[in-house]
Amino acid sequence: MKLYCLSGHPTLPCNVLKFKSTTIMLDCGLDMTSTLNFLPLPLVQSPRLSNLPGWSLKDGNAFLDKELKECSGHVFVDSVPEFCLPETELIDLSTVDVILISNYHCMMALPYITEHTGFTGTVYATEPTMQIGRLLMEELVNFIERVPKAQSASLWKNKDIQRLLPSPLKDAVEVSTWRRCYTMQEVNSALSKIQLVGYSQKIELFGAVQVTPLSSGYALGSSNWIIQSHYEKVSYVSGSSLLTTHPQPMDQASLKNSDVLVLTGLTQIPTANPDGMVGEFCSNLALTVRNGGNVLVPCYPSGVIYDLLECLYQYIDSAGLSNIPFYFISPVANSSLEFSQIFAEWLCHNKQSKVYLPEPPFPHAELIQTNKLKHYPSIHGDFSNDFRQPCVVFTGHPSLRFGDVVHFMELWGKSSLNTVIFTEPDFSYLEALAPYQPLAMKCIYCPIDTRLNFIQVSKLLKEVQPLHVVCPEQYTQPPPAQSHRMDLMIDCQPPAMSYRRAEVLALPFKRRYEKIEIMPELADSLVPMEIKPGISLATVSAVLHTKDNKHVLQPPPRPTQPPSSKKRKRVSEDVPDCKVLKPLLSGSIPVEQFVQTLEKHGFSDIKVEDTAKGHIVLLQEAETLIQIEEDSTHIICDNDETLRVRLRDLVLRFLQKF
Amino acid sequence: MPSVRSGWIQGLCSLAHHPSALHFLADSGAVDTIFALQGDPSLFVASAASQLLVHILALAMQGGASGSPISEAAAWPICAQKIVNHVEESLHSKATPQVTQALNVLTTTFGRCHSPWTGVLWGRLSPPVACLFERDPIPAVHSLMDLLLSVARSHVLNFAACGLWEMLAQTLSRLSPTQAGPLALGTLKLQHCPQELRTQAFGVLLQPLACILKATTQAPGPPGLLDGTAGSSLTVDALLSSKSACVGLLCQTLAHLEELQMLPQCPCPWPQVPLLGATVTILRLCDGSVDPSSSMGGRLCGTLGGCVRVQRAALDFLGTLSQGTSPLELVLEVFAVLLKTLESPESSPTVLKKAFQATLRWLQNSHKTPNCSDLSPDALLFLGELFPILQKRLCSPCWEVRDSALEFLTHLIRHWGGQADFREALHSSEVPTLARQLLQDPESYVRASAVGTAGQLSSRGLQATSASPENPLAQQGLLMDLMHILSTDSEGFPRRAVLRVFTEWLRDGHADVIRDTEWFVATVLQAVSRDLDWEVRMQGLELAQVFLIQAMGQPSLHCPYTVGLPEATSPRPHPEFLQTLCRLPLFEFAFCALLDCDRPVAQKACDLLLFLRDKTTHCSGPQEAGDSPNSASVEAVLQRWREGEQGQPLGDLEPEAMLAILRSLDLEGLQGKLAKSSDHVEKSPQSLLQDMLATVGILEENEADCY
Repeated sequence: MKLYCLSGHPTLPCNVLKFKSTTIMLDCGLDMTSTLNFLPLPLVQSPRLSNLPGWSLKDGNAFLDKELKECSGHVFVDSVPEFCLPETELIDLSTVDVILISNYHCMMALPYITEHTGFTGTVYATEPTMQIGRLLMEELVNFIERVPKAQSASLWKNKDIQRLLPSPLKDAVEVSTWRRCYTMQEVNSALSKIQLVGYSQKIELFGAVQVTPLSSGYALGSSNWIIQSHYEKVSYVSGSSLLTTHPQPMDQASLKNSDVLVLTGLTQIPTANPDGMVGEFCSNLALTVRNGGNVLVPCYPSGVIYDLLECLYQYIDSAGLSNIPFYFISPVANSSLEFSQIFAEWLCHNKQSKVYLPEPPFPHAELIQTNKLKHYPSIHGDFSNDFRQPCVVFTGHPSLRFGDVVHFMELWGKSSLNTVIFTEPDFSYLEALAPYQPLAMKCIYCPIDTRLNFIQVSKLLKEVQPLHVVCPEQYTQPPPAQSHRMDLMIDCQPPAMSYRRAEVLALPFKRRYEKIEIMPELADSLVPMEIKPGISLATVSAVLHTKDNKHVLQPPPRPTQPPSSKKRKRVSEDVPDCKVLKPLLSGSIPVEQFVQTLEKHGFSDIKVEDTAKGHIVLLQEAETLIQIEEDSTHIICDNDETLRVRLRDLVLRFLQKF
Repeated sequence: MPSVRSGWIQGLCSLAHHPSALHFLADSGAVDTIFALQGDPSLFVASAASQLLVHILALAMQGGASGSPISEAAAWPICAQKIVNHVEESLHSKATPQVTQALNVLTTTFGRCHSPWTGVLWGRLSPPVACLFERDPIPAVHSLMDLLLSVARSHVLNFAACGLWEMLAQTLSRLSPTQAGPLALGTLKLQHCPQELRTQAFGVLLQPLACILKATTQAPGPPGLLDGTAGSSLTVDALLSSKSACVGLLCQTLAHLEELQMLPQCPCPWPQVPLLGATVTILRLCDGSVDPSSSMGGRLCGTLGGCVRVQRAALDFLGTLSQGTSPLELVLEVFAVLLKTLESPESSPTVLKKAFQATLRWLQNSHKTPNCSDLSPDALLFLGELFPILQKRLCSPCWEVRDSALEFLTHLIRHWGGQADFREALHSSEVPTLARQLLQDPESYVRASAVGTAGQLSSRGLQATSASPENPLAQQGLLMDLMHILSTDSEGFPRRAVLRVFTEWLRDGHADVIRDTEWFVATVLQAVSRDLDWEVRMQGLELAQVFLIQAMGQPSLHCPYTVGLPEATSPRPHPEFLQTLCRLPLFEFAFCALLDCDRPVAQKACDLLLFLRDKTTHCSGPQEAGDSPNSASVEAVLQRWREGEQGQPLGDLEPEAMLAILRSLDLEGLQGKLAKSSDHVEKSPQSLLQDMLATVGILEENEADCY
């Protein structure tokens, strides 16, 4: 069993598991932090961005000034943003049989894998994962395609040139594999390969293994996966949460008794408690708006935004913000808000029960009805007519490199009355803000990450007790910025095995058993013999028939009869020869009694020596030794067959035959 | 039924005031029953039984040994011997509950009886008590410690002779750090205690904090709390064994040290600097900002990270430590850790509340200079950073946080509202505006606190609008806002808060109030008289009293034992003032409150009317002779009015008529009646009899314990 690790990002994993002749890809995350190296794509022509000076080398060589621009001491690539794909060279991805998706954030690289690697398998995901994943992809494609950029920079990627660039461009990894965003056509084609599954549904893969999605409590339709055969169980835990937010709670019990537990997608901000952060978010929002400023919340169109809107629903009246408009701007805003209301079966119990009243499970429906929350596909069109300040705007993309958020950053960045509040933990907010410097608006960092923290992980591991834990290397040491926090790492026994990008891990357990069926007529013919109370043995002579990873014992062919026709002869040739079997022996030889028996039969001068594995009985006179071990007995005598047979018969007296 | 058993014990207790009852108790077998009742399932009954035993023992010894102590216990009265034998037997028992009962009887005995015979008793029972310490585990540790401390507090014994100090010292070193804490504190509270023992006990309390310092200090640095004392390994084990043990030990230690610092017995010299250092370190371990130098520090960091209980205890102690004198750099560290706690989104509402309290204390004590209540420059710098945080906290979605931020702000203004630097810092922030906005908060507690803050801001001329003196409308606006809250708010807390502010405004002569005091008092009384909340009505009476005192002078003292000083004759109230009182109508309000269904309101009204009567004795008009209305008829009128709640009961009566009614009421009698506590009915023999009759009716045991 092997694990191929294709992604270095612990919360955007992409691993391939080879298990019992199947090749299973676990998640398909796309690392978008690479886009932070690029200049933002403004929706409206931005004189500031277009007038940024080109970057030149220390010696004044300016051959890169078309590709690289400088802003407040940072250098950015002036090109269409590119993404860092999972490793494609480590394993032939056309051999992947299935892809299991755990949540909508972890499938963003899917079109790259399914459309460009010769992949012919199936993708499994829950319905909300697929639908919301589609929205995220659609938004991404839309953000990038609606601002066409002629230039595509590639010169800087040359290894010799990259060395000369300032950080962080110099340290960017695998730049040659960075790719531009996929198209909508590729998205549709990739999504058409998805087969929808429900929680606890058992899916057979080639008869060899069974995979089952379990609720992981992190997002609508998010799942952990169990991959098991009859005797082995691998759990894949990715992006799970024990907090009570909107999704169905996490199913922990089904993870018990795993041989291997692959653990990814823990919280990216282990020191921040989501409740505190939500409080911080609300306080800063209210403070800004009361002072007449605007609030910008860069966010994804689904996920935490539902919880934020719910908190604000409870908070705005008490904070006297009832008259402040909330705008949600995304090409998929409408679909996202509507979708969230129809996935009742994937929601937590409270929200499910609302559906029976019947009421919409999320209160943002009421916010929309009362005109407190308005949503628009983009800043163009209706929005510009309705726009009124001060206001709160939720919009993407959290990287601040594309989407409507770029416009608001340019618009509001100059006033210290306004605030940008970062809630998504995927991007470093300082790096995200770098191309907007100097910036007067206030920046608040309230990362809300509901995924498991290390305390919860240690409780989970104690409860489900896997034999081995496998996790990204980042989880086996404290975060670099808090190297003394020994509590911010996975602590388990035996220590977790860690992996990093482009590494192949041999998982530490051997398969020892295989389930084999016995045909009824063969079973009928068995004659069990009780060797101990409760344990019976029978010898079986049969033909092992293996097809589609299923093994069946069939009755052996009848003793060969003289062939009557050509056809039969051919058949009998295929049948293996059935040899006459020697009887099998069982039991143990009590040394003292054996020696007494030997003496009774005329052997004298017997010595017994203890060895590490058993005993050696020395018949000094006969120059013979009998080696008795747990699973073998040897009689070593010098070419005296009669003596050997005599001794053998004495040995056999102590053993049972069947 | 527990109430009957309890009544039986109370009955015996009353009986046992007379020495002749001893024979009856001994002969009737009642003492044996009391022994059995010590194990009663009702804790109240069990405790009363054990108290009764002590009572009987004391009575027996009092009667038996009027003079010198009987050194031979054998010569003690039979009843006493019986009790002592029982206690001794129980001490030898293997069952912990029995040991506990015996220890409780002894603890009460030594706590209550200080006659010489208790010395003999200790002489006899100290060996079995000492034996208890030999057992493993020690049974009833808490009761044992209580006993030792109770004996040590007794003045009768010669401790050196009876080996008590040795026993205490041994116990302190034998118990686990968590168990030894309360005993150490108790030992330090003792007034006569050898210095050596005090040092040992103080060491027990300091040990956990010393461990924390040792685990987190990088260099040897300044001398710590303790140096290499034995027992530190036990403390380290306790700190590292589990999260709950670590948290429990630290919380207990911090609470004990906090209590100790406020006592006159506080050890001297008090290690202020290392204690402050350790407390700051604990807070920083909790917020994860310590870079621990040792593996133990690392583990502590993991254990204490985000631990709310420890944070609260440490902040409480930190607040108390503000009393001592600390070096400036440490004070700055305290301010830094307080700011971090107040700022951190991770701080829970309860932690924030404690942090606000500690901050206030440090601001008050940070720069103690004689005759100077001003803020130190450091404190001012701190305030500059604090106000933006306070602004954020006033907008918190969590109402507890908004509430404690407002309370904190009110205290700040009360202390430094008059100081120019403070006023400037406050004005340059949005805090006053935000506080004013919270008058409309959906949470009633927050509205109540906002009322207090707004009132305080206004008293100090710090209200939200910048041009306050030139803009009287804004001021008037607040008065009207508060009046609106008083008459319309659906919750009691904001209305009570408004009255507190109004009373303070009236007392301090707030500009808006003195502009038209009569209108102000009349409007308030009108709103209050209809209020359903008794505390609001009571506050209304308080406001009326302030109004009267301002007009009529302080109430005269009624202490019968004070030497009659030549009393400055209080000014006789002007007849016009009495007219005003009728017009307000203050008389009517007070008369109605007299019949209030809530006892405290009626009591307050009674006091107020007594004060009024006292002040108006000289105003008697010609009607005094025989014209005064019959008091019964006045009460009947009031009662009817109360029931109807309509119209004016007394009509537009003249002041003379009011005074006549006032004199005709038996206010003293009423005062006496109202002073009786409300449970005097339940405690009456009649009530007990009813219980007994009920028991006869229901034979099965009633599990509910009504006492």
